[in-house]
Amino acid sequence: MSDPQSWVPTDPGSAPTREHVLSGLHGLDEGGPELVQLLTPEGLRVDDERFGGRVADVGVEELKGYYRDMVLVRRFDREGNALQRQGELGIWVPLLGQEAAQIGAGRALTSRDMVFPSYREHGVAWCRGIDPTALLGIFRGTDHGSWDPLEARFHLYTIVIGNQCLNATGYAMGQKFEGRVGGDSETDEATMCFFGDGATSQGDVHEGFVWAAAFDAPVVFYCQNNQWAISVPLEKQTRVPLFQRARGYGFPGVRVDGNDVLACLAVSRWALEECRTGNGPVLVEAFTYRMDAHTTSDDPSRYRLADELELWKLKDPIERVRVHLVRELGVGSEFFDSVQEESDALAARFRAFCLAMPDPGPERMFSEVYADRSARLEAQQADYLAYHASFGGER
Amino acid sequence: MTTMTLAKALNSGLRAAMEQDPRVLVMGEDVGKLGGVFRVTDGLAKDFGEQRVLDTPLSESGIIGTAVGLAIRGFRPVCEIQFDGFVFPGYDQIVSQLAKLRFRSQGKVPVPVVVRIPFGGGIGAVEHHSESPESLFAHVAGLKVVACSNPDDAHWMIRQAIASDDPVIFFEPKRRYWEKGEVSESAPAGLYSSRVVRAGTDVTVACYGPLVKTCLEAASAAESEGRSLEVIDLRSLSPLDLDPVVASVRRTGRLVVASEAPSESSVTSEVAARVQEECFHTLEAPVLRVTGFDTPYPPSRLEEDYLPDLDRVLDVVDRSLEF
Repeated sequence: MSDPQSWVPTDPGSAPTREHVLSGLHGLDEGGPELVQLLTPEGLRVDDERFGGRVADVGVEELKGYYRDMVLVRRFDREGNALQRQGELGIWVPLLGQEAAQIGAGRALTSRDMVFPSYREHGVAWCRGIDPTALLGIFRGTDHGSWDPLEARFHLYTIVIGNQCLNATGYAMGQKFEGRVGGDSETDEATMCFFGDGATSQGDVHEGFVWAAAFDAPVVFYCQNNQWAISVPLEKQTRVPLFQRARGYGFPGVRVDGNDVLACLAVSRWALEECRTGNGPVLVEAFTYRMDAHTTSDDPSRYRLADELELWKLKDPIERVRVHLVRELGVGSEFFDSVQEESDALAARFRAFCLAMPDPGPERMFSEVYADRSARLEAQQADYLAYHASFGGER
Repeated sequence: MTTMTLAKALNSGLRAAMEQDPRVLVMGEDVGKLGGVFRVTDGLAKDFGEQRVLDTPLSESGIIGTAVGLAIRGFRPVCEIQFDGFVFPGYDQIVSQLAKLRFRSQGKVPVPVVVRIPFGGGIGAVEHHSESPESLFAHVAGLKVVACSNPDDAHWMIRQAIASDDPVIFFEPKRRYWEKGEVSESAPAGLYSSRVVRAGTDVTVACYGPLVKTCLEAASAAESEGRSLEVIDLRSLSPLDLDPVVASVRRTGRLVVASEAPSESSVTSEVAARVQEECFHTLEAPVLRVTGFDTPYPPSRLEEDYLPDLDRVLDVVDRSLEF
């Protein structure tokens, strides 16, 4: 086997071996030397020359806050899985393992910034002040997203892979056209677009990169590389580390330890600030791992080894913060107990809300299809509602 | 009343909409400095600047996808797709996002985007430049689909489409771009209405887009043979405004539906099915159609065979009268 590091994509007449590709994608050690990390899996604080200063203001109280965020989000995520298993949800899309990638990014946003999520961004939704119960309707089948996207500045979940990268870019172009970039730090804003490693193979992500570059759009493309697109591993999507793709489009790309909430916060703050000041777009690759299945309908035992999961459990995003808080900052058990209690209460509320959710009436099918509804659609609704009513509630 | 070409009428309609509302943007390939390959956006970039008339990257999904994002931000983008056959890279964004966002958000996120598409054949073009894909959009809930046929409608319908809070797919009959006609001082009709463009008593002919002219010429020719055709320009393909068609068929008892598109599962099928539901007892003949064939658009040396012309329209009118 040749040295995996020796392959250069631009060398003429060279195709990479599988080892070349894997080593480039995963690096020699958990993401490779270019990985930005501020908190090791062992809970030790390390510095990063370029990004360390971005979180200089983060003290013990802030860190406790991010810990609380991650524990609460993981708790209701687990409850979502349980509710699906008990038949209360049609499906649940777990975020297990991606809490740091999402809380780090979410806590870097200002209230003015806009977010375009994919469908796994429960942690980012949490940071936008969207109550977790507002996510339930999508998975129970009572709505397609119940929050107000413009008020929360958090767009509806996008399920068609990659579509949102163009929508986000267009929104960011609008921010720029309105002069909300590179002027006043009190009014400047940016857009953050979330997608996964699988999405990077979609044309819309490529086009989003092209358009954002062409219009200098203030958009942070935030790729949570959890290394699996359902059953398909990263090496089927790309030969080169994803963050390196940015260079081909003419903007910076950074790979951050997606299981390190502090590093994700630092890199996201930097990326958003670059966009707000007019230096966008930026690509961030949060290198993480999908610790659970793609969805509750998926069975990872068919395509990946349990060993891999065991390895990533050692890099758990929450545990490293807990260890750091206890060992380095002397935070006592009272704090952890109270977060645990709060998370159990949240899960109970989440569950109770889910069980009490009513089904929408059949008129929901016909509502807001159009601003200006045709007489035919009015008639279709009237006919069906009359038919429905003729069963006297038995249908 | 001012006389102008259909392309110029669209241009002046776009200009008026942009003057009226600073949130209106025009975007597409070559729409800026060049003024569009058909010159429909001629001069707009010069007068409104490159932030309101966007020369975009060559990427149709990008055009629609970013227009959706701009609309979420509060803009009213008018997208140009350069030719009918190039819309399909943008079809995903149109169907998955543009058509559904209002419904998904229960009215919280309106997306008032207009997608202009020059459509139809008859200009001797290469592949993918002569298609009639309107049925693929009329089938999609959440979209409105209209087609103009003359300068007056072109001017007023584009303004009405831009003012609409629903996404509108706006079909322009490209082989009629250079034909002149009068443009009224005010809108002659609502956007989603069909219109009787020639009164008659023997057979009703429903058509839209480039074939309206063809059918009007057929009606003139029929008149010289003593047959009176009532021609209806459908104008709106989704929703269909069939009340004038139904009223007409109740008088004539006969309907011919004309379109350049293939007939299978099409706008013409929909018109036929619904008129049959409404007029079953007054129909003297089955609803007949004169359309393109159920084939891909042919090499252009064959397009005169493919496209319904005056003779083919009259031939089907004759068949209707024979019942």
